[in-house]
Amino acid sequence: MSLQVPSARALAIATVVALGAAFALVFFYAPNDADQGFIQKIFYVHVPIAICALIGFVLAAFHAVRHLRTGDAIHDVRSYVAIHMGVIFGTAALITGSIWARAAWGKWWVWEEPTLVSFLIVFLLYATYYPLRYAIADRERQARYASVFAVTAGVFVPLNFMAVRMAESLVHPRVFATADGGLPAEMLLTFLVALAGMALLFVTLMRFELAAKSTSSAISRLRRAVDNEAPIAPASRIAPVAPSEAGS
Amino acid sequence: MPALPLDEAGKYVAGAYLAFLLLVLIYVAIMAAKVERMRGELSELAELAERRNRDAGLTTSLPATHPDPPEADAKRSIPAEVSGPAEVSSDG
Repeated sequence: MSLQVPSARALAIATVVALGAAFALVFFYAPNDADQGFIQKIFYVHVPIAICALIGFVLAAFHAVRHLRTGDAIHDVRSYVAIHMGVIFGTAALITGSIWARAAWGKWWVWEEPTLVSFLIVFLLYATYYPLRYAIADRERQARYASVFAVTAGVFVPLNFMAVRMAESLVHPRVFATADGGLPAEMLLTFLVALAGMALLFVTLMRFELAAKSTSSAISRLRRAVDNEAPIAPASRIAPVAPSEAGS
Repeated sequence: MPALPLDEAGKYVAGAYLAFLLLVLIYVAIMAAKVERMRGELSELAELAERRNRDAGLTTSLPATHPDPPEADAKRSIPAEVSGPAEVSSDG
């Protein structure tokens, strides 16, 4: 039995429905937090985005391992796109987190807080992926080095997460799996729907990005074939190549 | 720190959600620009290939990036020499 991959349109519709439901639950169902009040509503957008960004980085490591094992360029492209999405979601997590910090703590950023600083370190680590990748001209070496980077950095993500969980928090709240109680049922349900919506958004954008990369590389091959007056390969045989060639 | 009053907190909450929406919109706009550029490149390549085929004395045309209306498809003639081997008729 094979798994049916949903179409991009179905994914896009599911994303809109899930995010719409999540935002409706946030503002009309979930109760205000007893401590922070209305400002805690930022939690439902900030935390799912941050979780998706970190999962994206781990996903990139998974595809990078597959690329190193098989040498198939498609896994390199998937790894690249997962990191690309992770960086975008990471940017959103940093922005929404800063707004929340300003409202809750009176400061845009707290350097003494391990959760914030560790996330920034992970984000900056992945920001170096682009210059590393595009500094290498040879396509095969570029893909191999990028995969090694993605694996190394991907291993660092859960280690970093565990270290932060073990560290003593100064101001950043620990909501899940804490001894003094977690979220109430209404908040948990709202959070899970928001997380599902963000995950769907991540997958949908990744799907669109992969389609754009694949089409772009197919056009590059087509152009080369036309320029060289070589026979044009059928579209089904045009495999995605490294993102640099695809004209990111 | 005491909870902010609703009118004060509302600004921050709206700011966070709008920042998220804005990022998604920027991403979608960049993707739309990319798709538009690819569409242009494809049209250009299709024109180039058609011109080359015309120069080579062939009258067939490659599919355009936009699907043709049905009447245009019907008018398009494909000469026997480029349409592949003729079907073998059942009556010999």
